[in-house]
Amino acid sequence: MRSVTQQPPSSTPATAGPPAIEVRDLSKRFGDALAVDGLSFSVVAGETVALLGGNGAGKTTTISMLLGLLLPSGGSVELLGCDMARHPHRVLHRINFSSPYVDLPRRLTVGQNLRFFARLYGVPDARARLEQLGRELDLKPLWQKRTGQLSAGQKTRVSVAKAMINRPEVLLLDEPTASLDPDTADWLRSYLERYQAERRVAILLASHNMAEVERLCDRVVMMKAGRLVDEATPAALLKKYGRDNLEEVFLDIARDRRAEPRAGDSAGRALGDSEAAR
Amino acid sequence: MIDDSVAPNSSVAGRIGAMVLRHLFLMRSSWPRVLELMYWPTIQMILWGFVTLYLLQHSTVIANAAGILVTAVLLWDVLFRGQLGFSLSFLEEIWSRNLGNLAVSPLRPHELLAALMVMSVLRTLVGILPATGLAILFYGVSVYELGLPLVAFFSCLLIMGWALGMLVSALILRVGQGAESVAWLAIFLLAPISSIYYPVAVLPEWLQWIAWCFPMTPTFEGMRAILIEGSFRPDLLVHALALNVVYLVIGAAVFLYSFRVARRHGLLLQQGE
Repeated sequence: MRSVTQQPPSSTPATAGPPAIEVRDLSKRFGDALAVDGLSFSVVAGETVALLGGNGAGKTTTISMLLGLLLPSGGSVELLGCDMARHPHRVLHRINFSSPYVDLPRRLTVGQNLRFFARLYGVPDARARLEQLGRELDLKPLWQKRTGQLSAGQKTRVSVAKAMINRPEVLLLDEPTASLDPDTADWLRSYLERYQAERRVAILLASHNMAEVERLCDRVVMMKAGRLVDEATPAALLKKYGRDNLEEVFLDIARDRRAEPRAGDSAGRALGDSEAAR
Repeated sequence: MIDDSVAPNSSVAGRIGAMVLRHLFLMRSSWPRVLELMYWPTIQMILWGFVTLYLLQHSTVIANAAGILVTAVLLWDVLFRGQLGFSLSFLEEIWSRNLGNLAVSPLRPHELLAALMVMSVLRTLVGILPATGLAILFYGVSVYELGLPLVAFFSCLLIMGWALGMLVSALILRVGQGAESVAWLAIFLLAPISSIYYPVAVLPEWLQWIAWCFPMTPTFEGMRAILIEGSFRPDLLVHALALNVVYLVIGAAVFLYSFRVARRHGLLLQQGE
C-alpha cells in the first residue's frame, strides 16, 4: 500500500484573517421548495469545516452555489473575496472541487485527463505537477488506463488528483471517501491532512462519515431542511449534546431528539431551544 | 501559506487549446468515431456520383455542369458536418458528465463556444477531405476547381452549421439529453428550402421568400452560378455572410442565455447519463 505518514488531527486554531469562504443569508428556491434557507457561515484559510446534514438537507445545493454552478435565490457567496454569482471566473482558477455528481471523461486515460485539466487551469510546470500527483496519489500504474475502466476507489483518487491539480486555495469536497474501502479512505484523509498542513487552505467538506469529520475538521456546520441548525467545533458539539461521538449528535439533530445535558454541563441545550432562538 | 510563484494562470488560447486537446484525445482513442466521420460523406458522394453518371445521358443541365450534384452534396455535408461536429462535441461533455467540471473551471462559456467551433472545423475536415479526394478519383469531379469561392462557400456553410449547433446545444442544455436526436434531425428541416440540388426558383414563390432568409440558399445559388454560368456572384456571397452574422449572434446569445438559465435551475450538475 502507499506510504503516507499518518498525521494527527489539526489542533492548530483556525488562522485569523478575512474569510476564504463567506456565505451570507444564502437561500435557494426551486419552485415552491426552499432547498437552502438563510444560511450563513464562513471558513478562513487554514481551516477545514464540515458541512453536515441528512439527505436533502441542502449540502450539495449549497456547494453548487459556492462553486457558482447554481445561482442563489437570495443572499451571497464570496470565495476569496469574489462574488460567485456575479464574477466566478475571477477566482475559479484558485479553487477546485470533487463531487460524486460529476465524472471525468471516461474514454480518456488518466494521464490524458490530468493533462487536459492541467492545461485548462493553466498549471505552471504541468509536467512536474502531474509527476508529483501521480506519485502522491499512487496513480502511476493507472496512467495509461481509461478512466471509465477504473474501480470506484481508483476513480476517486483520480478525481482528487484533478481537484488538487491547481493547488487550490479553496477546496470543496462532496463526500470524497464515500466509495472507498477503509484503508484507501484512511490514506486519503491523511493526504488531505498533509495538504492542509502544508498549504493552509480553506477546505469545506460534505460527508456522512462522522469519524472522518471528527478527525479532519476544525468546525462543523450542521444543516437540516436547508437551514443551519448548529455550528461549533466537534468537541463543543459533543459537549453541548452530551454525546460521545458526532454520529449520535447527528442523530439527535436529524430526529429532533432533545439532548440530555451531562450533570453540571451548563453548555448542554436542547436543539429545540437552539432552533427556536434562531 | 500559498506559494504565488506556482499559482495557475491560464490564457484564453490555453483554455481553448485544452478543450481541443481533450477532444483530440477522444478522437484518437476511438477509431470508429473517426471512421464514422468519413463514412457518410463518402457514401453520399458515391451515391450522387452514380446519379450524376446516369443523368449525364439524360439531362442537358447535368451534361453542361457534370460536377454540380457531387459538388452540392459535398458542400451540403460541410453544413451538416459543421453543425453535427459542434453539437456532438458538446454532447460528449454531457455524455461523460464533464459539464460540471468545465463550468467550475476557468473556462468561460464563450470560450467553450470557441472550442466547439474549432472542433467543428476539425471534424468537418476529417469527414469531407477523403470524400473530395474520392470524388476526383472516381468521377473526375474536383470541388477545388471552384477556386477561392470554395473557401467562401465553405466558410458560409460552416458558420451556419455553428449557429445551428449553438441552438441545438442550447436546447439540450435546457431540456436535457432527450433532445439529443435534434442534433441529427434539425438540419434536415432546412434541407428542402436550402436549394442544394435544385434552384430556389423551383420552390413556390412564398417559400422562396423564406428560403432567401437562410444563408444556405445564396450559397448554393452562388455555387450553381459558377458551375453553370461560370460567373462568381459577390451579391450572393454578401447576402450569405450578412445572414450568417445574424444567425451566429442569435445562436451565441441563445446558448449563453441557456447556460445562465441552467445555472439558475441547477442543470449543469444534473446533465448526463
